[in-house]
Amino acid sequence: MTVASGTLSATPKSRGPWATALRRLLRDRAAVFALFIFVLIVVLCLLAPVYAAWANTDPFTSTLDAVVHINGQDVPVMEQSTEGLGLGYTPIGPTWQIGNYFLGADNQGRDVMARLLYGGLNSLLIAGMATVVTLFFATLLGLAAGFFGGIIDTLISRFLDILWAFPVYLLAISLSIVLIAQGLNLGIITIESGSLWLPIFIIGVVYVPYVARPIRGQVLALRESDFVLAAIGLGVPSYRILLRDILPNVSTTLIVFVPIMMALNMITESALSFLSIGVQPPDASWGTIIQDGQNLLYTRPMVALAPGIAIVITVLALNVLGDGLRDALDPRSKIRIGRS
Amino acid sequence: MIFALLQRIAQMLFVMFGISVLVFLIFFATPGTDPAARIAGRNASPEVLEAVRRSFGFDQPMYVQYLTMMKKIFITGDLTSFVNRGWKVVPAVMDTIPVTLSLVFGAAILWVVFALIIGIVAAATRGSWVDKTLMMLGLIGISMPVYWLGEVMNLLSQNRYHDTWIFSWVPPLGYKNFSDDPKGWFLTLVIPWITLSILYIGLYGRVLRAAIVESLQEDYIRTARAKGLSETRILLRHALRTSLVAFVTLFGLDFGALVGGSALLTEVVFGLQGLGKLTYDALLNLDLPIIMTTVLYASFFVVMANAVVDLLYMLLDPRVRTA
Repeated sequence: MTVASGTLSATPKSRGPWATALRRLLRDRAAVFALFIFVLIVVLCLLAPVYAAWANTDPFTSTLDAVVHINGQDVPVMEQSTEGLGLGYTPIGPTWQIGNYFLGADNQGRDVMARLLYGGLNSLLIAGMATVVTLFFATLLGLAAGFFGGIIDTLISRFLDILWAFPVYLLAISLSIVLIAQGLNLGIITIESGSLWLPIFIIGVVYVPYVARPIRGQVLALRESDFVLAAIGLGVPSYRILLRDILPNVSTTLIVFVPIMMALNMITESALSFLSIGVQPPDASWGTIIQDGQNLLYTRPMVALAPGIAIVITVLALNVLGDGLRDALDPRSKIRIGRS
Repeated sequence: MIFALLQRIAQMLFVMFGISVLVFLIFFATPGTDPAARIAGRNASPEVLEAVRRSFGFDQPMYVQYLTMMKKIFITGDLTSFVNRGWKVVPAVMDTIPVTLSLVFGAAILWVVFALIIGIVAAATRGSWVDKTLMMLGLIGISMPVYWLGEVMNLLSQNRYHDTWIFSWVPPLGYKNFSDDPKGWFLTLVIPWITLSILYIGLYGRVLRAAIVESLQEDYIRTARAKGLSETRILLRHALRTSLVAFVTLFGLDFGALVGGSALLTEVVFGLQGLGKLTYDALLNLDLPIIMTTVLYASFFVVMANAVVDLLYMLLDPRVRTA
């Protein structure tokens, strides 16, 4: 229709849809920048053990009697409180020296910078794995409901209706309170109570309807398309049609969902950890560090501010990337960013 | 019309039933857990465990247990907390509802007004730096965890800048009843309202802009232009009008997400004794009867709110009635 497509088809070798989408994405400067920032954050968090070793600090045990060298002077990490009655201790504030309590210490004298990096690793891991869990179950349910129809569709759709109407945080809270204490035992799968898989599983499950419903809608339309009807007419087995004909056609939608779900999962994980039903101590995530910083908010605000800023930057990068991916792959889709 | 109405109500009842079963199963039938031990709390004595077993009837079949629990929560309302023995849960939940509604309604007014302004301005200046800045700010608003924003607000308004003219009017954290002290009620809620609404201003501003820009492509807009109407009139009277349909639908959906999520976090950060704060306190004490009740009441409220929005929608838009 447009001049652009005319010139595209005029080139000798026509590019495939993926290459076209990739070119479109790379032309989107905001999306490329966002991708760069996100990769940078991932790399920094992966370097957490290196930082901790170099700073010679253990971010998971309390070190109340540690001493810091600043400008040739020895300063205790926990200073005698100067506020109120002078009772209790206040952790040291930011020194702004890399590898030397850069962002200060928390209530237990642990290096906040090292915890921030380790926490980021957990936050990213949970957000990513929960996305995998969501997309897997959503695809399974969406494909089954849309393709087989009938009683299977009715059962799955009604189940999704119920999950959908259930406020995400309330469902997550209900699941967490039961599972955090005792873990989950489903016969084949056993998840220990302190395991990171618990928040991954919980967050992954609560967002399934959010993805499954649009997938089901697409499969429903594909089911009536000529090439699928032809395959059915030829007697191709259902699993083969699903894998070879239908799955590739919903894959763009799934890819668009990846950064958007990661952003949403990251916010959800941090909120659950903030409510103390996500990542369990001594493990850290950005949410738990914000919670640690809550009691120090007025004296040492950096403990709570730093992980929050990290969340905002990461989620913002993922959302910009999601916007760009949607425009590149699936411009007509109605996928909306940030519903929780 | 009547049929569609009844159908929607039936669907609402089905979803409510489904949620109650789901909550029941999560709390009582998760594999490998003893519900009595959890309800009784940590370090419960054998007598307490036995009392819990008997009062909840864990020896009885599942459906009897389910019916007993529903009766205790919704009909007789005599479910009691196991942490503070004898504390009735249902009246405690009822006490929190005005707080949560005050918070949510105030924030909703803010976010609708500001989202409309942002959406319209961005659509009117689409492609310009004003549009791009507004959309970026909206995205930043969406990307901020609401509880963290609340803490930053507290840090600024209660501590760092509390002694300056900007925030000296901010009262200490907590909730004041509207009937006792309307001015105090308003002042304590201003900062929580702003905190809670920022996410939704970003979300709705972006959605509204997209909807307006899309409807500007429609044929009837071309007709309006051909008639010689001014751009302002086309934008406000023609394009905005159809775009508001999407806006209203979203409102119903997000209202639910709000009562069950963001409001909970906002209440916790600002120490407002609402439904969310009650849930949070129960969470810290592992007070299961309270969590069960708040979860059920909140989700029922959400489901009903969604149904009401759908019904209003049906009244407003004749096309939906037959769908």
